[in-house]
Amino acid sequence: MKLPKGFLFTSRYRILKRRLHPITKEFGLTFYVLRKSTLAVIGALLVCMFLFLAIFGSRIAPYNPYEVKIRERFIPPSKTHWFGTDKMGRDVFSRMLHGARYSIRAGLIVLVIAVPIGVLLGGIAGLFGGWRDEVIMRFTDVFLAFPSLILAMSFSAALGPSLFNAMIALSIVWWPMYTRLIRGQALSVRETDYVEAARSRGAGNWYLVRRHILPNCLSPILVTFTLDMGWIITATAALSFLGFGAQPPMPEWGRMISDGRIYMLQAWWVSVFPGLGIVMTVLGFNLLGDGIRDALDPKLRRITEVKWKQRTFS
Amino acid sequence: METENVLLAVENLKTQFFTYGGVVEALDEVSFNIIEGEVFGLVGESGCGKSVTASSILGLVQKPGKVISGRVLLDGDDLLQKSAQEMNQIRGSRISIIFQDPTSSLNPVFRIGYQVAEPYIYHQGKPRKVAARDALKILSQTGLPDPADKARNYPHELSGGMRQRAMIAMALTCEPDLLIADEPTTNLDVTIERQILNLVKDLQEEFGTSVLWITHDLGVIAQICDRVAVMYAGNIVEQASVRVVFHSPKHPYTQKLLRAIPAVDSSGENLEEIPGSVPRLINPPSGCRFHPRCDHAMSVCSGKKPIEREVGLGHTVACHLF
Amino acid sequence: MKLRNYILRRVSLLIPVILGVLVLVFIISYVIPADPARAWAGPKARPEQIEVLRERYHLNDPVYLQIYYYLRNLVLHFDLGVSATTGRPVLTDLKAFFPATFELAFFAFVLAIVIGIPLGVVSALRRNEPTDHFSRVVALTGVSTPLFWSALLMQFLFYYKLRWLPAFGRLSVEINRYTGFVLLDSVLNWNWSAFGDAATRLILPAFTLAFYTMGYLVRITRGSMLEVLESEYVVTAKAKGLPQRVVIYRHALKNAIIPPITVLGINFGWLLGGTVLLETIFSWPGMGRYAAGSIVQVDLPAMVGFTLVAATVMILSNLVVDIFYSIIDPRVRVGGKAK
Repeated sequence: MKLPKGFLFTSRYRILKRRLHPITKEFGLTFYVLRKSTLAVIGALLVCMFLFLAIFGSRIAPYNPYEVKIRERFIPPSKTHWFGTDKMGRDVFSRMLHGARYSIRAGLIVLVIAVPIGVLLGGIAGLFGGWRDEVIMRFTDVFLAFPSLILAMSFSAALGPSLFNAMIALSIVWWPMYTRLIRGQALSVRETDYVEAARSRGAGNWYLVRRHILPNCLSPILVTFTLDMGWIITATAALSFLGFGAQPPMPEWGRMISDGRIYMLQAWWVSVFPGLGIVMTVLGFNLLGDGIRDALDPKLRRITEVKWKQRTFS
Repeated sequence: METENVLLAVENLKTQFFTYGGVVEALDEVSFNIIEGEVFGLVGESGCGKSVTASSILGLVQKPGKVISGRVLLDGDDLLQKSAQEMNQIRGSRISIIFQDPTSSLNPVFRIGYQVAEPYIYHQGKPRKVAARDALKILSQTGLPDPADKARNYPHELSGGMRQRAMIAMALTCEPDLLIADEPTTNLDVTIERQILNLVKDLQEEFGTSVLWITHDLGVIAQICDRVAVMYAGNIVEQASVRVVFHSPKHPYTQKLLRAIPAVDSSGENLEEIPGSVPRLINPPSGCRFHPRCDHAMSVCSGKKPIEREVGLGHTVACHLF
Repeated sequence: MKLRNYILRRVSLLIPVILGVLVLVFIISYVIPADPARAWAGPKARPEQIEVLRERYHLNDPVYLQIYYYLRNLVLHFDLGVSATTGRPVLTDLKAFFPATFELAFFAFVLAIVIGIPLGVVSALRRNEPTDHFSRVVALTGVSTPLFWSALLMQFLFYYKLRWLPAFGRLSVEINRYTGFVLLDSVLNWNWSAFGDAATRLILPAFTLAFYTMGYLVRITRGSMLEVLESEYVVTAKAKGLPQRVVIYRHALKNAIIPPITVLGINFGWLLGGTVLLETIFSWPGMGRYAAGSIVQVDLPAMVGFTLVAATVMILSNLVVDIFYSIIDPRVRVGGKAK
């Protein structure tokens, strides 16, 4: 959309700015509270580092992760091989750098599939209630009646063992969580006075969803999303570990742990470092998720808001 | 007046809250006395420091608040100097408090009977069965219908009025010397409020308990208090018997307060409002805290804080006009 | 009386859910391009023999008929079919493996509660002090560590390097299995060395599982306790002059413990899934390994059988949690006097 010259001075811009101001203010405050918590900042740093590795890891890896050099197998961690080499002589560090992206991809794909489905179903169930609610909830219960790992295993076995199928399997396992979440939100919002007031003014369901329900849902979704990333990464690794996900020679971290398991006594580093990587990543997401949840907590915001205002306007 | 015994003497009580945004000067050297057997009212708008006064007396000021200075003498004994252990023994047995919202003030997972019996068990060392019996007795004294049945109920199973009666029972178990009532009728509808007011009046006469009644409703003050202190922004601005305060208020704020209430005989006159709004207590106005909104403000009002002066028998005002 | 009705009602809800579960599993099996009849018949079977098997197990029939036959067998004969891999009736297999998993999950559970909840409470009481920071870090690490990796690490450390604890298998001696729960059985056998053997073998896997659950529990307990400590009824309790330990451990704790317990119940079902990983690593002869094996081999009757058991356990544990919840919190009491 081409902006006419002088747009910045028009009243249109000022109106837009005024309308956005409450939203930007909210974001500003959120970031401020987030910055104040050391743990959240550490989490954010860890996550950024992980994302960086996932995107650029393959370029900065010193060695080829797939090249087999039998003569260099089982070298312990040293200056040339920071994390040592595995049974095929491949550098563990390089493999980990290459493998980071699989974990991230898994997390994103699963959430991109599971969240919309969950939100849609949960929204319908919560907003309309009645038989729609019952049916959807029973359906959700069926999925929730399984231990999630086992369900994921079954689906991924059904689809064939591969990383992609593991991701699909996890999405199927994950959507009920969001359905429950959104349904709860929709139910509580539905009963509020302002929704009743809006309805009495003739607001249609779609309007209610857009203006009232969704904004309220955004924060719990964001928090759950961030915390879930950690979960999904772990679950993908678990599936790969069991043989249902990534297949060799893919350097997915869970797979690497499984591959190195038999040689634990001779070369513990092959299994230990990928695990450490997972721990750091999941820790990062957990810290960040906690931080976001605290930052969105109304009570904490009110207390910190005073200090924030002073800072900006003094 | 006859030789009265001062039960509670609050002297220059100063309480502050150290928050992120600054220091909130909640109580600015508040002083008043409560005489044995009387109902003393503390009235003021929301945020003027009434509840903080109550928690300061009881030693229950929550972080980040702290009582900075002053004395609270219960029968001559300074409560602020007492250890936590000693205060625990005083709370609930010599001084009790009832709160505004009985729903959130009662523990939802315990039965009413148990919660009422607790002071008997922990303060008077009575065994469970005896305590339960006594709890029933005091519950019936508060006019709760069918106390034996209600005692087995949980808080959420009773109505608002019944919960408040239960709270009153809970507070009066050990026949305290002082009962602090922190806006207990604000959430109740008028008919129930009347009942509770009468109940407290009756019980107070029966047990000889002094009452500190905190409220923002002048009507309630008129109904049950003997003497009253008017509070504004952390200061006591006027103190006198209820009659005197209502008939000849001296402090500009008190006068305005009274004029803001419609009287039965006023016919169509406009109600006066006080211009401006209650000041934030982080950086309160200098000198007399009311001066920005006062019609009679003089130059000295913004500089020096007025001291309480006696302008009549038992009637003190804190204003530079006197 | 009302409680019994409630339980009955909840258990009856099991039925549609189980039906749903069955449908789901059968659909999955439909998708899997494998032929169990061939596996049952064995590698040397002739096509006609395989066809006979197919007929007998209704494998050629549409899905809904298969479900019908299965249910009929289940209800009338209590027969869950025969496993394609072990050749034994699935019910026998399950009876053999279930106690092992349950023992593991149960002890991990108990360990997590015994350590986790007090730690969470203490953490809340000493907020922002070193104790709090320490337990939060431990809890967070517990939650962030993948189970299978920590299991490997434990095995490596405590078995290979330090030789303190055994890390494989459940029992190395023979005893009479009365109940299938080896700890109990060894006592019943009056075989104390067996008891010791079983107990030490239980430590590593149970602790690994507990480490994870504990992290969760500490976090939730801490959060819940902090919230409760700010509530008005706690202020009232203090205002009544009650001794501090009464205020904290009676008034506050009873309220604060509700969310953790709820979470635990939900988590218990998850634990069953987690045991898959642990059993693989510690060679624990439990249902998890059986499940994993049956999925890989596409052993349909085994898959369906153990899925039923898993689902039932999850539903039952949810039910137990709900009942517990209603005992503690009178506001949700079933059939009590509602306002």
